[in-house]
Amino acid sequence: MARTPKSGPSEGKTPDTGVNRKGRAPDKAQLTQWYRDMLLIRRFEERAGQLYGMGLIGGFCHLYIGQEAIAVGMETVKKPGDQIITGYRDHGHMLAAGMDPKEVMAELTGRAGGSSKGKGGSMHMFSTEAGFYGGHGIVGAQVSLGTGLALADRYRGDGRVSFTYFGDGAANQGQVYESFNMAELWSLPVVYVIENNQYAMGTSIERSASETRLHRRGISFNIPGEEVDGMDVLAVVEAGAKAAEHARSGKGPYILEMKTYRYRGHSMSDPAKYRTKEEVDEVKKTRDPIEHLRERLEKAKVSEEDLKAIDAEVKKIVAEAAEFARTSPEPDPSELYTDVYLEAAQ
Amino acid sequence: MTDILMPALSPTMEEGTLAKWHVKEGDTVKAGDVIAEIETDKATMEVEAVDEGKITSILVAAGTEGVAVNTPIARLDGEGEPAAEAPKEAPKQEAPKQDASGDPEKQPPEAAKPKPEGEGAAPVAPKPTVELRDPEIPAGARMVKITVRDALRDAMAEEMRRDPDVFLMGEEVAQYQGAYKVSRDLLQEFGDKRVIDTPITEHGFAGLGVGAAMAGLKPIVEFMTWNFAMQAIDQIINSAAKTLYMSGGQIKSSIVFRGPNGAAARVGAQHSQDYSAWYGQVPGLKVVAPYDAADAKGLLKAAIRDPNPVVFLEHEMMYGVEFEIPEVEDWIVPIGKARIRREGSGVTITAHSRMVGLALKAAEELAGEGIEAEVIDLRTIRPLDHETIVESVRKTNRLVTVEEGWGPMGVGAEVIARVLEHAFDYLDAPPLRVHQEDVPLPYAANLEVLSLPSVEKIVKAAKAVSYK
Repeated sequence: MARTPKSGPSEGKTPDTGVNRKGRAPDKAQLTQWYRDMLLIRRFEERAGQLYGMGLIGGFCHLYIGQEAIAVGMETVKKPGDQIITGYRDHGHMLAAGMDPKEVMAELTGRAGGSSKGKGGSMHMFSTEAGFYGGHGIVGAQVSLGTGLALADRYRGDGRVSFTYFGDGAANQGQVYESFNMAELWSLPVVYVIENNQYAMGTSIERSASETRLHRRGISFNIPGEEVDGMDVLAVVEAGAKAAEHARSGKGPYILEMKTYRYRGHSMSDPAKYRTKEEVDEVKKTRDPIEHLRERLEKAKVSEEDLKAIDAEVKKIVAEAAEFARTSPEPDPSELYTDVYLEAAQ
Repeated sequence: MTDILMPALSPTMEEGTLAKWHVKEGDTVKAGDVIAEIETDKATMEVEAVDEGKITSILVAAGTEGVAVNTPIARLDGEGEPAAEAPKEAPKQEAPKQDASGDPEKQPPEAAKPKPEGEGAAPVAPKPTVELRDPEIPAGARMVKITVRDALRDAMAEEMRRDPDVFLMGEEVAQYQGAYKVSRDLLQEFGDKRVIDTPITEHGFAGLGVGAAMAGLKPIVEFMTWNFAMQAIDQIINSAAKTLYMSGGQIKSSIVFRGPNGAAARVGAQHSQDYSAWYGQVPGLKVVAPYDAADAKGLLKAAIRDPNPVVFLEHEMMYGVEFEIPEVEDWIVPIGKARIRREGSGVTITAHSRMVGLALKAAEELAGEGIEAEVIDLRTIRPLDHETIVESVRKTNRLVTVEEGWGPMGVGAEVIARVLEHAFDYLDAPPLRVHQEDVPLPYAANLEVLSLPSVEKIVKAAKAVSYK
């Protein structure tokens, strides 16, 4: 594949994201939508934690609480047909992409109504309709796969962009850099979104990375990158729009390092002894993405009743999802041997 | 009024100690507040409230040990949501759980039991709706001589002409024309969009290929040799083979991984290995290992059209060998069907890839000694066509398997297991395996010869099972 000559600075229009580049505040409806979407993820994840505690969800369950602004903000930037792919901390991305909370929760409980018919589990869900390509359990594998989605976009010339998410842990995997190299070499339309929540399971970034400023990890491949406050949905959207525009206009990949924090342990069985309670509390108190947005909404004169109505709506959706996830039947035993192969045309 | 239940905090926790309460009766809590600490065998964990409300009673005192998961530990006066109730038992679908007691009455019904591949009722690969058959060669069709290398090349070229979603990527496939010249002239015909030179980065480009396949394209990923694909095996197995299943049928990976497999000549241990058994074990993959030019072409075309990921194992020593191939338009050989290369009634010899040639030579020698061998070319390792093998053994009552890979857990071991399952009573002698000696392949010419299967070793094994 030939290298695409790089064009000059983008002449393209600023994408319509609800955020004006000149700093004018997004409108009330947009702010409210973000709030609702972020709250949905948080309440959903809290409920998932509860169902796990009740033994209804098995195995691993990685909650997205604290990181909601990233998935929700980037969804605003995404256009129809664009693809998303991420690792195992994927529930928030699926909800942001518009997958049915019932199907996501029922997959967590391993039921026939789950988005993978109960055969994937927490880390393995997909929806071509929502442009969501998983849900991958091998740390870093999604980076090559996401770059491959971008290869398909470039091959077809359909103007799509692949949003490829990974964490600070995956950022140390070799295939990430193999992918960076090819993405830049072939000008593939991919935005690498690094969700730097500071801890790769129990190992802090300081203990695992020689260069902790992960947005600089593309330098030797000539991939531009920037650091973003991943706890601020407006900052996410603004940076995301710029990165997507770069990729969509044929200039190749772009790296966004979202500085964020996960409130819960790596998975449900992680007591998180590698960090202090004070550290977690401090983030919750000062940087919480939802509280932050709620304050903006109050300033934008969104009424208390409106916020309460959103709370109630979200609560209802989550309660219904949980109910569906508990009552949906287990997959029929006959499903054991389905979806292993597709039948070849004769 | 809802119960707060003793939570499970790990995949294996069944009970724990309620170490400490952070709230007392009468306190009001909101979602996210830490209400208690629980000790498990592994750690101490905090329990957070999921609903808001007032703690009306604490049912299990701090310090209580052995509290079973899902025991009510406190009562909350809140809005009362269904999720805080005791979990309802999932509506069971008679999941095929084995009962540890071994009581036959408690075992799952026959239909629910997982079946090994090939037992019919639960096929690992869907049973084709029509009988797999090689294409008819029309009377008067011209036979042309062609190398395996060019047959593979023609297969790719024909499929790339037929389907614009098919493309080739790998190291040196474009400008260099292929490290073994298998992709000769493809760049000239299809351009650099569809014949892509990659950096030396197997893990990465295999992943890119699978990602492109997930997006609906039909990549052919060439590994310069299968030895290098060890770097990429995670993407082949964890991403390509499993995603259809994990997605409940939503995401397919129509992709071919191909390249030379097995021992070349004097290239040492790291460049000489047969991966048939490795990939043959993985559900979700199809594994093909052709011998001659007609099968190389016909099976590669079938592999490219197949909607599943296919591991296509070629052989460097066969690339330059010429065979006759019928001049037939769209020559396609079905995946999953073995081929009887030589009929005989004395002993069945199975082989694949380059070993088929050795087996045929051995059969000639054996004929000279009065043993008529039936040589079965497996062609496809997965799904393995054991029907053809079993039928043959029922006739010959004797079996020798030949493979270039190591013996333990190998293709021959699997062939023999299938024969034992389906034709135990027909065997007149214990089957024997011929395979690479159980050592890394040596470099020294004499040791290399000693290590690999040979005509002589096959003849010896066939005579042994014939008690001659």
